[in-house]
Amino acid sequence: MQAEIAVLRFGLGARPGDLAAAQAEPRAWLMAQLKGAAPLAVNTALAPSEQIFTELLAARERLQDEKREAAAQRAAPDATGAAAFNPVRDAYLPHYRAQVLARAQSAALTTRPFAERLVHFWTNHFAVSADKGAVIGIAGTLENEAIRPHVDGRFIDLLAAVEQHPAMIAFLDNQNSVGKDSELARLAARRGPDKPKREFGINENLAREILELHTLGVNGGYTQADVTTFAQIITGWSIGGGKGRLAGGTPGQFYFRDNLHEPGPKNFLGKTYYQSGRRQGEAVLADLAVHPATARFIATKLVRHFVADDPPPAAVERVARVFIKTGGDLPRVYGALIEAPEAWDADMRKFKTPEDFVFSTLRALSATPQKPEEVVRAFELLGQRQYTPGSPAGWPDTAKSWDGSDALLRRVLWASRVAGRYEQGQDPADLALSCLGAYARPETVTALRRASSASQGLTLLLMSPEFQRR
Amino acid sequence: MHPYSRRTTRRRLLLGGAALAASVALPDVLFAHTGGSARLVVVVLRGALDGLAAVPPYADPAYAGLHRELAIFAPGVADGALALDGSFGLHPSLGFLHQRYLAGELVVFHAVASPYRDRSHFDGQNVLENGLAKPLGSADGWLNRALAALPRGAGQPGERAVAISQNVPLILRGDAPVISKSPQTAPDVDEELLSRLADLYSRDDWFSARLTEAVQTEKLADDGGSPADAPAMRPGGGADRVSGAARMAATLMRSLGGPEVAVIEASGWDTHANQGGAKGALAQRLNGLDNALRALADELGPLWPQTAVLVVTEFGRTAAMNGTRGTDHGTGGCAFLAGGAVRGGRVIADWPGLSRAALLDNRDLRPTLDLRSVFKAVLDEHLRVDARSLATRIFPDSSGARPLQGLIRA
Repeated sequence: MQAEIAVLRFGLGARPGDLAAAQAEPRAWLMAQLKGAAPLAVNTALAPSEQIFTELLAARERLQDEKREAAAQRAAPDATGAAAFNPVRDAYLPHYRAQVLARAQSAALTTRPFAERLVHFWTNHFAVSADKGAVIGIAGTLENEAIRPHVDGRFIDLLAAVEQHPAMIAFLDNQNSVGKDSELARLAARRGPDKPKREFGINENLAREILELHTLGVNGGYTQADVTTFAQIITGWSIGGGKGRLAGGTPGQFYFRDNLHEPGPKNFLGKTYYQSGRRQGEAVLADLAVHPATARFIATKLVRHFVADDPPPAAVERVARVFIKTGGDLPRVYGALIEAPEAWDADMRKFKTPEDFVFSTLRALSATPQKPEEVVRAFELLGQRQYTPGSPAGWPDTAKSWDGSDALLRRVLWASRVAGRYEQGQDPADLALSCLGAYARPETVTALRRASSASQGLTLLLMSPEFQRR
Repeated sequence: MHPYSRRTTRRRLLLGGAALAASVALPDVLFAHTGGSARLVVVVLRGALDGLAAVPPYADPAYAGLHRELAIFAPGVADGALALDGSFGLHPSLGFLHQRYLAGELVVFHAVASPYRDRSHFDGQNVLENGLAKPLGSADGWLNRALAALPRGAGQPGERAVAISQNVPLILRGDAPVISKSPQTAPDVDEELLSRLADLYSRDDWFSARLTEAVQTEKLADDGGSPADAPAMRPGGGADRVSGAARMAATLMRSLGGPEVAVIEASGWDTHANQGGAKGALAQRLNGLDNALRALADELGPLWPQTAVLVVTEFGRTAAMNGTRGTDHGTGGCAFLAGGAVRGGRVIADWPGLSRAALLDNRDLRPTLDLRSVFKAVLDEHLRVDARSLATRIFPDSSGARPLQGLIRA
């Protein structure tokens, strides 16, 4: 049963042959995907944030030009011409679709499914949501550029990369958060009485969510005053490529705007930070990354993801201890998780999320999606549109958030569509044994042998209780 | 060659197929009439609605200075508030709610909050939904616990509540059975497949229960009219999606044996940047909400006189505009109770004021009314839940939050 647990629970579900590969040394099979292995490569087929952002800015310029031109000629808006052009849809959305497809292809094909699952875990931990227009084209680049390179490194490096990624800055509105005593605010205050005054101030969204959702957790011991101070500390954390006073930096890259930053030492969580500029926020992140509350919060989420909706306290404690002892050395943290006896309980206690379900189905059927629509539509139907958890808390990781009866019917619908597409040459009962191993119940195998078509058999396999859990 | 033939019959999921009926047994009484009993719809606004924009306290001398360009002007000027009682107005996007107010069918609550006093969305929503004074400690929701305490109606079996959602939100989770249903074209699932699936689940209670529910809900939707008429869910859909959900709730409630209680969710209220005033991002959201409530009333039709609709959010937002023309997480906010069953045309607000000294933590509207006082009143007067259940099982440790009186028409 141990090979099955390694492949189904820790990985992304079995491709035919995976169970055999993990059979001899299931734990070593998992650790080999992390320790000593090369970091997960950035998917270079995908456009980088800089390019996507530059394209978006150019598309907006083009729209402005076209509007100006139309106004100059007093032309009526042409439904097929300028007015039909939409920068977000036409410049931004294609990148979103390419990212969703690439993600599904990696999940379907990877030979390091445990590492890939951890990438997904962190993407959800550091959630941005593409239903915010500013984020649509770069939600996937956060995963690709900030998470993949650091998934097997140190937590502090992962944390810093994420909080300084343009998608996170834009999602949580930090790019225009301005200190009251910043250069920009003081300049504005000195403008002549005839000039319109603009007042500036902070936006505490990113600061609050870093504390509540990314590091300490909601009960991590910080106060409203800490949130406000932290927001001041990270004023100036912005994105390059603005205009006028906000000029500077490379479009689509993190850019520290000194003129927005609230200067001076600041007292946060009982400690005074004397660093100046960008380094002040980085010093705070470094402390947050190794804080015991952070260790416990991350350990709880990891154990919930890999073991059970109600994380067994002993396993959480074991993982948190190693997090604290190693200062957040992630491969050793994952190692502690793998060593936890609770993680190897034969009982399948996790109900698959739609994401788990889709990826494990692709692997079981040896299917590789070729067009973005295949995946985009699947996730729309199943209620987990990729990169759109809707809130910075990410998608919920417990069964009760996914187990509605309506949701079940949608799974049946999708399973039957996919089964119809991939039935060629499949024997459902054999497939059950090769992708579920010892978890395939005799009654399931019997039902699959008695199915009235290969397509129906595959649907039943995908909807069987043992395939729906991990 | 595999031994299977390619013959499947696909049609719209219908009950009555002998195989299905045998494996997914339905109670006979499912389709009994529920008669003239009360209906309750709860609309949960996730993300924290700015109560100072939705229900502008334009008469407060500190309001305009704090809320700046996000403030809504007094009634009577262009883009001004819709007049309520001389102190408060409604955001100009809430035209339908204003009509309900004038018709005596809307109560507006202000300076109201759940017992939660920190500023996390997620904990705030937990408290709003679990009915306790703290975020953790209950895996079920107050509305589910209330279902268990409902007086028995005219023979309703099984599910008396529906969540218009793929999955059941916390407020409706618990021991009392509920159904979930989301607005999209009804799935076209092979009937024989479902029957075989029911067999496959026969030794797994957890899956078995969900499949049975799914099949029953499909049947209700078929009886009540086609939910496929509702606009399809759009990616990132905001306004249309809420209207679609409202129509679906109404359709299900109107069907024979349909649920008496429904929960609808609407997100997108977390306006940290560029919130806008009489026009703009929040105005559009409010307009979507207003349209959804109108759609709900229209579709409920003859049921509207016996309906109460409760609109709530996890907390309010800061009294002052922030540095990015938005508002950050706050405390006190607004809530609405609308419907033909409501004794409305009133604003209920013990207004604490927005002066510096009056604000909570120097930043938020100070709450003077516990939302549980509203919840209790609705459950008591509208759904006839007994006082003992209210005070113990449904809202434990809530003795400080006494139910309001007279919210529902006698």
